[in-house]
Amino acid sequence: MMGRLFEPIVIPFAALLVALLLFGIFITAAGADALGVFESMYRGAFGTWFSWQNTLVRAAPLMLTALCTALPARIGLIIIGGEGAVVVGGMTAALTGIVLTHASPIIVLTAMAFMGMTTGGLWIAAISALRHYRGVNETISSLLLNYIAIAIMNFLVFGPLRDPETLNKPSTYHIGEANMLTEMGSTSIHWGFGLGVIACVALWVLMRHTPFGFAVDITGGNMRAAKLSGLPVARLMIITSLLAGAAAGLAGMIEVAAVHGRANSSLNANYGYEGILVAFIARHNPLAIIPVAILFGGIRASSGLLQRDHDLPDASSLVLQGIIFIVILASETLYGRFSWLRAKEKTV
Amino acid sequence: MKKNEVDNKRRTLLKGALAVGMATALGGLLPSKAWAKKKVGMGFIYVGPRDDYGYNQSHYEGKSSLAKLDWVKAVDQENVPETIEVQKAMESMINLDGIQIVFPTSFGYFDPHILKIAPKYPDVMFLHCGGLWDAKKHPKNVGSYFGYIDEAVYVAGIVAGHMSKTGKLGFIAAMPIPQVLRNINNFTLAARSVNPKITTTVVFTGGWSLPVKEAEAANSLIDQGIDVLTCHVDSPKVVIETAEKRGIYSCGYHTNQAVLAPKGFLTGAQWNWSKVYQDYAEMISKGTKIPNLVRGGFKEGLVTSSPYGKVVSAKAKEQADKMRASFMNGSMVVYKGPIKDNTGRVVIAAGKEYKQTDIWLEGMDWLAEGVIGSTKG
Repeated sequence: MMGRLFEPIVIPFAALLVALLLFGIFITAAGADALGVFESMYRGAFGTWFSWQNTLVRAAPLMLTALCTALPARIGLIIIGGEGAVVVGGMTAALTGIVLTHASPIIVLTAMAFMGMTTGGLWIAAISALRHYRGVNETISSLLLNYIAIAIMNFLVFGPLRDPETLNKPSTYHIGEANMLTEMGSTSIHWGFGLGVIACVALWVLMRHTPFGFAVDITGGNMRAAKLSGLPVARLMIITSLLAGAAAGLAGMIEVAAVHGRANSSLNANYGYEGILVAFIARHNPLAIIPVAILFGGIRASSGLLQRDHDLPDASSLVLQGIIFIVILASETLYGRFSWLRAKEKTV
Repeated sequence: MKKNEVDNKRRTLLKGALAVGMATALGGLLPSKAWAKKKVGMGFIYVGPRDDYGYNQSHYEGKSSLAKLDWVKAVDQENVPETIEVQKAMESMINLDGIQIVFPTSFGYFDPHILKIAPKYPDVMFLHCGGLWDAKKHPKNVGSYFGYIDEAVYVAGIVAGHMSKTGKLGFIAAMPIPQVLRNINNFTLAARSVNPKITTTVVFTGGWSLPVKEAEAANSLIDQGIDVLTCHVDSPKVVIETAEKRGIYSCGYHTNQAVLAPKGFLTGAQWNWSKVYQDYAEMISKGTKIPNLVRGGFKEGLVTSSPYGKVVSAKAKEQADKMRASFMNGSMVVYKGPIKDNTGRVVIAAGKEYKQTDIWLEGMDWLAEGVIGSTKG
């Protein structure tokens, strides 16, 4: 029992250290001072309360978009359509906010969240329905649907929904300052972070501690066996995708309600794509998504200092993300190889 | 012997790796660097890469020109999207680097991002490139600066008009928004002042940085017989390179792209942020109040033309130089009626004129006669 808990913590941590080591070699090769770079990274990401807030606020959308890849992966679907779900979710949330702008803020926000989650959910559910009933490859269709989502948004933002006052950056009308999602307490972190954590924990409970989650894992492990044992595979797939898309749709709603107040091209800021990395590093475990998203938020937050203090290009933080991704994926092969990590299992 | 060498190398490498590992562990424990108080701290934020041969590079060149002022500390950050990231980038510069004046250079940084952060830091000045600062609505520590680059586009249009043999010009544009439409119209009006039969075919790509679409648009325009190509996108690199490869002329934008097209480059419209940023630095060090609005064209030194390419004829140079002089002395007004749009409607009646600073021009939503294309994109 101990071993099973221990292994998934020790191996990723060791992998992370190896990744930092490789990154250190990379920086040294690039001519910068590795010691100073690590010091700046720490200062920029976790060194002060300001840096912490900077990190957490960047982690907020990543948690939700990572769920959009992680949940379907548990049932055996590789979906990379988080970006599209963020865009449609944000777009419909903005629309809802504009229509209801004079209602009380709590109603506006609830309706926005509901609409954003519904459209985001249907967007991804449609992908898995296509996969199940028509045999369309879900990875390709989810990727292509991202472009369709962006095209629909551009059409609406440049056309029927454009606020004529937004001359040089076409956007929809504003949802109203009073309806904006506030910050948590006295921090500068908006409620998107809180909602992200809640979503991750709730979905972890659903996936790990309910019959539904168990059925999803069985289907993901062996679909034929799941079918033979009478599990409703189609329904499981569609519900899982619906939840996944709802998470990404909520991320879009939060972008509109907490940051921009309008829908515009800032909705496709690659949160959907970064979420894919987070999901894979977290090994599709909703709870593990929280620390991984915070780690990635920290890397992005410290990128500024690397550029300002060390003249490194922005790409160096992408290099670090890439190294972490590869080392963690490679470390998957180590599971079960260290008997001392699993020694206690025999006694169970 | 060889084996020894390899072994040695491996050993040093391992040592290096070990040192780096130690560094990782120690990194968190070291105290932060002290920040020297006296310098003027200026922070620049770009939406794309510093070396994009375009908009972001033009600002980076401006920032780099501050290096010669040893009393200025200038820092910058690239690839910052128009999301909460830019808010945090500004705050990070202020909180961690002690920056007193921030230059977020992308249009979309203004509303809501600058407007949200500025009230929190009343002692910091936020100067936005291209923004729409309004004394009635916006905080006092916010301002904006922008150049009338369309003057330089007009001069490029004169050169293009002289050099085109087919009478067909091409323009690859990001989006049908006022700033872009004004450049397209200036380019076309200028070329048609040389040869009234000239047309400009426009392709809108739909985004500021879509290199694949830009290349496709360039190729399809060249297939249609255009022989001078220009653009208004964040990075003109792909457009200029494609024009050069296909053997036609090109006019640059944002910064000098002559190196990308040694044969076909004619001239281009460039920003001159070096002057703007050095002026701001002087103002802070002397303690003069920073104006909330800075605007200007050739005369104020905010824009320039790229040096002429080798192929440009003497006559074209002469006419273009003359035009630049008229902009300098203020005698040139581009939007002087009668001007028709490309559907035949008269948009500026005869006898009416809109000077460079006229706010009406900043809401432009039409394409001038001679432009083939539609504002619907």
